[in-house]
Amino acid sequence: MAKLVLSMDGLVLKEIALNKERISLGRKAHNDIQIDNLAISGEHAVIITLLNDSFLEDLNSTNGTLVNGQVVKKHFLKNGDVIELGKYKLKYFGEQIAQDQASEFEKTMVLRPNITPKLTEQTTSYNAQPREANSPGDTHTEQFIPAPRQTENTTMAPKIGVVQILSGANTGRELELTKTLTTLGKPGVQVAVIAKRPHGYFLTHVEGTQYPIINGKVLDAQAQALQDHDVIEITGVKMEFFLKG
Amino acid sequence: MAKRLSDALEMVARTDRGLVRGHNEDAVFHDLEQGLVILADGMGGYNAGEIASGMATSLLASELSLALKDTPPQLIELETGKPFAHRCFVNKIVQTNSAIYNAAQSQPQYAGMGTTLVAALFYNNRVTLAHVGDSRAYRLRDEVLTTITRDHSLLQEQIDSGMITPEEARYSQNRSLVTRAVGIDPDVDPEISDRTVLPGDIYLLCSDGLNDMVPDEDIQLTLNTLSANLELAAMQLIQLANDNGGRDNISVILVKVLHEFPATKGWWAKLISCLK
Repeated sequence: MAKLVLSMDGLVLKEIALNKERISLGRKAHNDIQIDNLAISGEHAVIITLLNDSFLEDLNSTNGTLVNGQVVKKHFLKNGDVIELGKYKLKYFGEQIAQDQASEFEKTMVLRPNITPKLTEQTTSYNAQPREANSPGDTHTEQFIPAPRQTENTTMAPKIGVVQILSGANTGRELELTKTLTTLGKPGVQVAVIAKRPHGYFLTHVEGTQYPIINGKVLDAQAQALQDHDVIEITGVKMEFFLKG
Repeated sequence: MAKRLSDALEMVARTDRGLVRGHNEDAVFHDLEQGLVILADGMGGYNAGEIASGMATSLLASELSLALKDTPPQLIELETGKPFAHRCFVNKIVQTNSAIYNAAQSQPQYAGMGTTLVAALFYNNRVTLAHVGDSRAYRLRDEVLTTITRDHSLLQEQIDSGMITPEEARYSQNRSLVTRAVGIDPDVDPEISDRTVLPGDIYLLCSDGLNDMVPDEDIQLTLNTLSANLELAAMQLIQLANDNGGRDNISVILVKVLHEFPATKGWWAKLISCLK
């Protein structure tokens, strides 16, 4: 169950379980959480809990309600959020569904890019850094957020795949493979795609009667993992794949 | 202009267990000749989820094809002013719901089973969509991906009522809580909508195993990049979901519109419209 920890000047005063749909905060005695201090309005704020999500709403209090230093009227509470009423602080600890948490963890593990074993070490320390730098409150959010955005950043590993054209009019041009998919070739004639995945780059034939050639060997319908310095040939144009970083 | 739907449309359906779940509770169905696609994401203990989603797709498919044999889907009905496809979808989903509900009631091992459902019927340059729950339909037109169904989920209701922003919804713990489903109640309330179809459109039906794991931008990029090879696009979408963790079953149906497909007006159709 989600809970709030009430504190003042760094001293924990009490722990409040969010076991009701509506929990009121205020100076008056009828509130679920009474804070007897003149800076707190009679009916100051309310916390609504629906299943595993909690929302904070300020009831037009005189001195306002802050979350992580920002004035809020209505706020969707995230794990580690700090609510401030006057001098009092309430830290929110969201409920973590056990199974969800486990798979969340697993997910982050899977997402670590490990194109080479050496790289894994680098990314681990790269990941650890911002966590240590942040306040302890933020650490929690970092760990539990199932944000696809973040994981995408993680996959933007230090090493980027690059394709350099070796023949034809565009000889010498380089193409950085930063997107999840990059197409090569001419639509309607021959097209192949390079997919960027957590464990490397893969070349697949998309359309056309001709299949791409890798290091002199014709590719079949299957995706082919690209190795550093592979030479690819599409629509008669030769290009080299390499890892930069 | 194509006379037959099978010349005007291209369809691919794929389903995958994902990386975490023990079995696949999703079910997919596609019939190119009829222009019909159905996707269901089952729920319930043991293998009941599979039973529910399997029943939903197969029952709905057979019932719809039977009903559409006698009446063309584009026939405008006098009482509602809407094409027959609408009433047909509602009736057949209600029937399917009863069948699953009764099975769940009568057999203890199936108690509490249910399924989400999203279906699309293509006819006369239109598509009619029906859905219950949080399985979605998207449309890619002019390289832009848009959602064309609204989830029946707690999260969507919270977004609609302004309780939570779509940005905050990403962090919600109340994911996958549906407000409507097939087979859990004696009644069901399917949402039906109608859209004009243009050549070049790509329609995507998917279970939440895709849209929870893969951001819309990446789905859009994949469909744009691989539109020439639908099979590969479907595989790539599933692969993306698995690369991001594959926490749920992943199902994908893709329908690409190659040509226009206006309904042929036979003498009988003209006669019927005259009589109406």
